[in-house]
Amino acid sequence: MAHPPIIELRAVTKSFGPVDVLKGVDFAAHAGRVTALVGDNGAGKSTLIKGLAGVQPYDGGDVLFGGEPVRLDHPRDAAKHGIEVVYQDLALCDNLDIVQNMFLGREERRLGTFEEGQMEVEAAAALQSLSVKTVKSLRQKVSSLSGGQRQTVAIARAVVKQASVVILDEPTAALGVAQTAQVLALVRRLADHGVAVIMISHNLQDVFEVADDVSVLYLGTMTARIEVANTTREDVVGYITGTKTMEAVA
Amino acid sequence: MSANVDNPVAREAAQARPEDSLLGKGMEDGVRDHFRAYVRRVRGGEMGALPAIGGLVVLFIVFGFAHDLFLSQRNMANLLTQAAPLVMLGMALVFVLLLGEIDLSAGVTFGVSMASFVRLTQPDGLAWPVALAVALGIGLAIGGFIGFFVARVGIPSFVVTLGMFLGLQGVLLVIIGDAGAYRLIPAPIKALNTSNLPVWAGWLMLIGVLALLAGVALWDRARRSAAGAPNPPLSIMLAKLAGITVVGIAAVWFLSQDRGSGAIPIRGVPIVVPVVLGFAMVATFLLDRTRYGRYLYAIGGNREAARRAGINVTAVRWTAFVLCSTVAVLAGLFYVSRVGSADAGMGREIVLSGVAAAVVGGVSLFGGRGRLVHAIIGALVIATIQNGMGLLGLPAGTVLAVSGGVLILAATVDALARRRSGGVAVT
Repeated sequence: MAHPPIIELRAVTKSFGPVDVLKGVDFAAHAGRVTALVGDNGAGKSTLIKGLAGVQPYDGGDVLFGGEPVRLDHPRDAAKHGIEVVYQDLALCDNLDIVQNMFLGREERRLGTFEEGQMEVEAAAALQSLSVKTVKSLRQKVSSLSGGQRQTVAIARAVVKQASVVILDEPTAALGVAQTAQVLALVRRLADHGVAVIMISHNLQDVFEVADDVSVLYLGTMTARIEVANTTREDVVGYITGTKTMEAVA
Repeated sequence: MSANVDNPVAREAAQARPEDSLLGKGMEDGVRDHFRAYVRRVRGGEMGALPAIGGLVVLFIVFGFAHDLFLSQRNMANLLTQAAPLVMLGMALVFVLLLGEIDLSAGVTFGVSMASFVRLTQPDGLAWPVALAVALGIGLAIGGFIGFFVARVGIPSFVVTLGMFLGLQGVLLVIIGDAGAYRLIPAPIKALNTSNLPVWAGWLMLIGVLALLAGVALWDRARRSAAGAPNPPLSIMLAKLAGITVVGIAAVWFLSQDRGSGAIPIRGVPIVVPVVLGFAMVATFLLDRTRYGRYLYAIGGNREAARRAGINVTAVRWTAFVLCSTVAVLAGLFYVSRVGSADAGMGREIVLSGVAAAVVGGVSLFGGRGRLVHAIIGALVIATIQNGMGLLGLPAGTVLAVSGGVLILAATVDALARRRSGGVAVT
């Protein structure tokens, strides 16, 4: 980890009423690397991600983007910095086609009307950059796609506008074996393009297959931040369940 | 797709960027591929207006044989003016139906606004343009009111608009008062849905519509080419335009024949036709080519996805109700123009026909699917049923029962199509 992280959290906190969900969490993600965020249910993974997405701002602590302190108070702030979130329940509109979904909320326009041709070309380029070749027509409705294809579109949606940080929430949770392999390969390519990928996962097999770094949340504190190459599955399980601890290796 | 080496565009694209050839944009293939893709979509449940067009043809054949006056110029012109309020109301409802919402009060909204309009334009009253502005303002306010409770407070639109349906009937009774009915005075508004264009103006209208359609299609192609995106085959566009041209020429020619029974000839395209077509084109532009229209579809498809994409869901839903109610006022204008008076029962029954028109035409009750032209075709189906059965002298009860049956049939087709296309219920 020679390069400085593209996005860094320092001692962020978040409480809901009397419940402290994040108790001063440090976290970082680096360009070109896949950082897995693991932890048991209720550890604070979703809260951490919602803060990064600007959906639910943190109460305290610092967010550094490219070394500069920034505020993420609104999804617009996140989008401005190129932070894209691919949600678990695939935030796609079934009744729209692939191009329309990829550009939803940020359509290319001229004189107030859509540049459909330009969007098609850019969508194709985005899918191309992820080496996606299984899409028959960019103009087919998302309702006609399989689960893996939908996940692909959702990820491509995140990169079509040159994202710098892509957050994937359980990208393989609903997929079969072959499709999981496809999506993991996609995640790897995303990082190879210089994107900082943050992947939430319950599946340690996925984590060890694709991630470079792993960060473990346990009851609102970061119990481990370590390179995947320097740890074992048993250790990570230990950090997740709280039976094993280590001082942060930042 | 890439196997289609007979297609020069695909071959060219494949040669230019070999790695692109596996990524179909869905545009570059030949006529046959486009036709196949269309058949696949239809079989997959995206039938659009096909069932309605088929139904319209069947109705014309049945009524044409059943009554020899049905296909007369006079009755056809009559059918168009009868259908005009329903067409407009159907289009108004499309805006909320696309969101998966409904406006049961659209009919009484035009009742209240038109009662106000007719009363305000009684002798010693306001000039009609001012009164029309007031009427539109009333529609705007009612839509804003409904939209507030649906989009901000979060009450189901069914409940809010059912309440408005009852409440506005009360308001309508108060406005009309003891008089029972008011006569419509302003001559231009009377003429709107009772008079015809001169014959030359009908042809000019047709030329204008065709020129506009062709111009937009060619502009689209130029824009796509400029962006480096493939265009669908030119022959498809030409065939579509040719079809519209043939139907348009036949219709204008048919309506340009004398259909009067006396010494004074009656001929020409009814004035409402260009008005409806003009509105339909502007609103279709809004739905197909602007962010607002796209967001209506997106919210109707998956509201949460739309919200996460940064769309201001509340504002779009709110304004959809404003649009619906305001356009409903125009439907009312066609209605009073044709009837010549405003009474306390205005708009009460037509609203379900309006919903039926949109749904019969292929607009989904579940949201996210449908186009304005579907509402036009569906309204023509409903109006044809009412017109034909009226000609045959069938009792009003039968007409009502058949209209209701058609609505349920169309809703069934909608639900089955939705199941087939694999859609899931989105709330």
